[in-house]
Amino acid sequence: MVLSRNWLRDFVDTSDINIKDFCDRMTDTGSKVENYTVVGSEIDNVRVGLIKKIEQHPDAERLVICQVDCGEKTIQIVTAAKNVFEGAYVPVCYCPADEKRVAKLADGTEIKTGKLRGALSEGMFCSIAELGLTTHDMPNAPTDGILILNDLSPVAGQDIKELLMMNDEAVEFEITPNRPDCLSVIGLAREAAASFERKLTIPTPKVKECGDDIKKYLSVKISDNEKCFRYSARVVKNVKIEPSPLWLRMRLRASGVRPINNIVDITNYVMLEYGQPMHAFDYKCLSGSAIDVRTAAQDEIFYTLDSQERKLSSDMLVIADSEKPVAIAGVMGGQNSEITDETKTVVFESAMFLGSSVRITAKKLGMRTESSSRFEKGLDTEGTEAALERACELVNMLGAGEVVSGVIDVYPSKKEVATVKFEPDKINAFLGFDLSRSAMVKILESLHFKVILDRVIVPSYRDDVRCMNDIAEEVVRIYGYNKIESSSVVSAMTQGGLSDKQKFRDRVHELLTGAGLDEIYTFSFMSARLYDKAGLAADDIRRKSLEIMNPFGEDTKTIRTTALPSMLEVLDTNCARSVGSAALYELGKVFIPREGVVTNTHGLEGTLPDERQHITIGLYKSGDFYTLKGMIDNVLAHSGIEARYAANKENPTFHPGRCADVTTADGKYIGTFGELHPTVAKNYTFDAPVYVGEFDFETIWECSNTKRTYHALPKFPATTRDFSFVCDEALEVGAIEDAMRKSNVSALESITLFDVYRGERLGSGKKSVSFSVKLRANDRTLTVEEADKFVKKILASVEHFCGITIRQ
Amino acid sequence: MKELIEKLRAKAIEELASSDDIEALRIKYLGKKGELTALLRGMGSVSPEERPKIGQMVNEMREYLEQAIDKKKTELAEAALEAKLAAQTLDVTVPGKEIPVGRRHPLAQTERTMRDVFVGLGFTVAEGPEVEYDYYNFEALNLPKNHPARDTQDTFYITDNILLRSQTSPVQVRVMENKKPPIRIISPGRVYRADPADASHSPIFHQLEGLCVDKGITMSDLKGVLELFAKRMFGENTRVRFRPHHFPFTEPSAEVDVSCFVCGGKGCRLCKGEGWIEILGAGMVHPFVLSNCGIDPEEYSGFAFGVGIERVAMITLGIDDMRLLYENDERFLSQF
Repeated sequence: MVLSRNWLRDFVDTSDINIKDFCDRMTDTGSKVENYTVVGSEIDNVRVGLIKKIEQHPDAERLVICQVDCGEKTIQIVTAAKNVFEGAYVPVCYCPADEKRVAKLADGTEIKTGKLRGALSEGMFCSIAELGLTTHDMPNAPTDGILILNDLSPVAGQDIKELLMMNDEAVEFEITPNRPDCLSVIGLAREAAASFERKLTIPTPKVKECGDDIKKYLSVKISDNEKCFRYSARVVKNVKIEPSPLWLRMRLRASGVRPINNIVDITNYVMLEYGQPMHAFDYKCLSGSAIDVRTAAQDEIFYTLDSQERKLSSDMLVIADSEKPVAIAGVMGGQNSEITDETKTVVFESAMFLGSSVRITAKKLGMRTESSSRFEKGLDTEGTEAALERACELVNMLGAGEVVSGVIDVYPSKKEVATVKFEPDKINAFLGFDLSRSAMVKILESLHFKVILDRVIVPSYRDDVRCMNDIAEEVVRIYGYNKIESSSVVSAMTQGGLSDKQKFRDRVHELLTGAGLDEIYTFSFMSARLYDKAGLAADDIRRKSLEIMNPFGEDTKTIRTTALPSMLEVLDTNCARSVGSAALYELGKVFIPREGVVTNTHGLEGTLPDERQHITIGLYKSGDFYTLKGMIDNVLAHSGIEARYAANKENPTFHPGRCADVTTADGKYIGTFGELHPTVAKNYTFDAPVYVGEFDFETIWECSNTKRTYHALPKFPATTRDFSFVCDEALEVGAIEDAMRKSNVSALESITLFDVYRGERLGSGKKSVSFSVKLRANDRTLTVEEADKFVKKILASVEHFCGITIRQ
Repeated sequence: MKELIEKLRAKAIEELASSDDIEALRIKYLGKKGELTALLRGMGSVSPEERPKIGQMVNEMREYLEQAIDKKKTELAEAALEAKLAAQTLDVTVPGKEIPVGRRHPLAQTERTMRDVFVGLGFTVAEGPEVEYDYYNFEALNLPKNHPARDTQDTFYITDNILLRSQTSPVQVRVMENKKPPIRIISPGRVYRADPADASHSPIFHQLEGLCVDKGITMSDLKGVLELFAKRMFGENTRVRFRPHHFPFTEPSAEVDVSCFVCGGKGCRLCKGEGWIEILGAGMVHPFVLSNCGIDPEEYSGFAFGVGIERVAMITLGIDDMRLLYENDERFLSQF
């Protein structure tokens, strides 16, 4: 909402308050100022000049030399304009040769004294464009000539901005949806009066009727009184369509509305002043002299004022004559009853429609208008008539036509007056301050609330005020939010802190960053094409994802079930930007669709997905398979999980020989990691092998055991024995280790792999694997014989399960 | 005899000074067949009255030589060590070995700082789903279907009834439904709005919501808590300013500014000359929301607030484009 301060002055005088202070105080009391502009401030040193004499330029056929009376001085101006004449009043950039004045045009151009073909020119005449105006603002002005001011009672020397009523301040407010009443000059005047403790004057419009009887012209019926609460109308005859007067055009202009013609301008003017959207119909286009407020027929076709074809549906409210709709109620009028230059009789509509209905209609038709955006917030049902009267008063003032006697006002059930219990003590306790009852009453009365005993009577335009909190807000916003003292003690003590799971998650973050990984944040939605790009099989269950109904496009449509594609995209971005290397992780959510599970207590329709946090790790030129394995191993070991790794040759995202599944000892799946399959890698810009993995944080948390208890330090020394086995390449180290453990030697404390050797001496397809095995008893030092016995048992087990013996 | 001793002494001093082979000198003079020993053997030719005197001289000489040799030995060892250390000299300007240390994302760091402030004030951390029912995201928060205030938050829908939460406030409702006052929670998390990405918007961003419900909670308490938060986040001298605003789920509602921590309120580029930076929205929980959650608004009151984590991260870290936070360029991440 853009407010003209000139206009505001009609209702409350704040002209002594400078614009900055005005804006600050209005913001402080709840009408937030977005910004303000001093209208016309860019124009400087342009004044009214009277052309006294015009002579031909001696050296230039197309130029003339004018002597121009500019009040204190007469100056000489050379011009090529064709529409100037002796006796014309024109806007002049006033730059007398003996002064060093610089004139400024609306676009910032500076004009100074100069010479044109040898003749002195002390300035320039202006066209409307040079003053920042259009033919909407100045309907009779030429677009390619000088603006002639003779119709405007000009005085030579007068400032042009004063003559054209351009001096104004336009303040733009951000009005919150609960205050549609402030989308009007009067609404803001009420706020300003309360904010600055000034007197508010809202004159009652007085209409001069010309006789005749509206009943002879029109009847109004509300067929759907759930969607239309009130419909008021007046008829104006002998209408003369012409431009509005300058003052009205300039007020519209300052408010950001384009002047059209007197009747249309009146409807816009009243909407801005009263906040009540108005509509004007051409009476001759209404069949049957009747208006019916009804719902549309399903699929009825209608052409709106903007010449668009609209397909209506049966829940949309229309204003119809006896045959057809002539307007979509509260949204836009129809082409079929538009005001034209030939219009002779006008019907003014001032009505109240159900906000949600207007909102749904406007949304369905994809056409939010100034009118619909006001109606949808809920307007004052009591206000239709005053607005209608104001429109007709303006018709009188502008001489735009004759107002037919009588008003049609269909108002089936009068709006009830709302009251709220007045509880000053409660308000003080709630806000935490101490204001007297009378101070509160004074504030409320300044906002036009009435206090009668213990009830507050709410004005009809304040549907947002319904309970004690609302009254408290009214009081505190005028009194001053910043006068509330801060308390330092807030009620009872509570035990703050993190849940065990939150603490565990913090720990996992520490482990991952401790491993040298940088954390990334990626979007939870993505394009489904990224599933293909990351090499997911066609029948991969992860492709079954939730989708957004109203995405921006494919890229924001699919809600991810795996975070691997996001990680690959980030690695790719880094690689494409030649970052060099990247070691990254994310601990973010994925969303697994669920069906038919009741997940709420309100019986709400639909099932929410299973939101699971996943750890993804990505390495680009920052390590290999075993680096990644070490990282996740570290997380799992700290979580107290005994992890099992098994080769996975089937996952198409990964290199078939370099991919592993991780599970817990009892087989719960935790995740998969490995080297990106070279074929999949081709979908990206990678120039080196990339290692990625995705792990289910929820499972890790559920299986974790972070409770630690002290184990006594060993009292007796350990015996260490090293063995090497030669075996087939295909035999996994893990299998040999398992075999050693299956020997059930209680003194077997640890097994450490220290070498894997391949060489010609061993023959192809063979490897030598070396372990260091530590043996220890809790209660004694093992003798050599005991140790030998254990070793024998361990080796027997390896031979039994793996069929290999130690290398001789 | 005397002269012989003196001569030997002079010779020994000279040799000790010029030779590094201490052991050879020791043997030469003090050894069993050494020169001093030989001298002692010549004691027979000394008269008995002179004998003690000469004996003393020889002993003094021996003592002297032993000390001199020890001293020389130590000197030589020190010199050797010095030479060895000199040879081991490092170029200290060569860069240190790179220790890979990962970093939390700047948003995570910011969230962590804020979280720590509130946890210290007795708040617990509550979490809730990001794919949420319309009911929790809107209706229970006093935003029925077709309420015009819904327009201020363009929302992504999954079905007519399920959406990507546009705010962290639904967590408030879920907490209040399941817990009796006193309630004191914060709820940091991811939210979604259909705003195309640009320097100051992102369809996905993060909020930290706070809620406090108990008997006798006042707007003063809200101011006190937010003032404390602002001081911890932006510095001890930070001031807080409340401006009236409207949120459907709080009444009264406020937008909250903090005094600019760069210029202290004088006006600078960060605060666009205003001296104040808008950082959060807050208010007293609407009685309708309380009763919707089964809490009697006659008995209890509460306050709520919400902070944009991106906004705080950007102003405190000097990040001028929100998109940087989601590009995850390693050169960006490694700065924090």
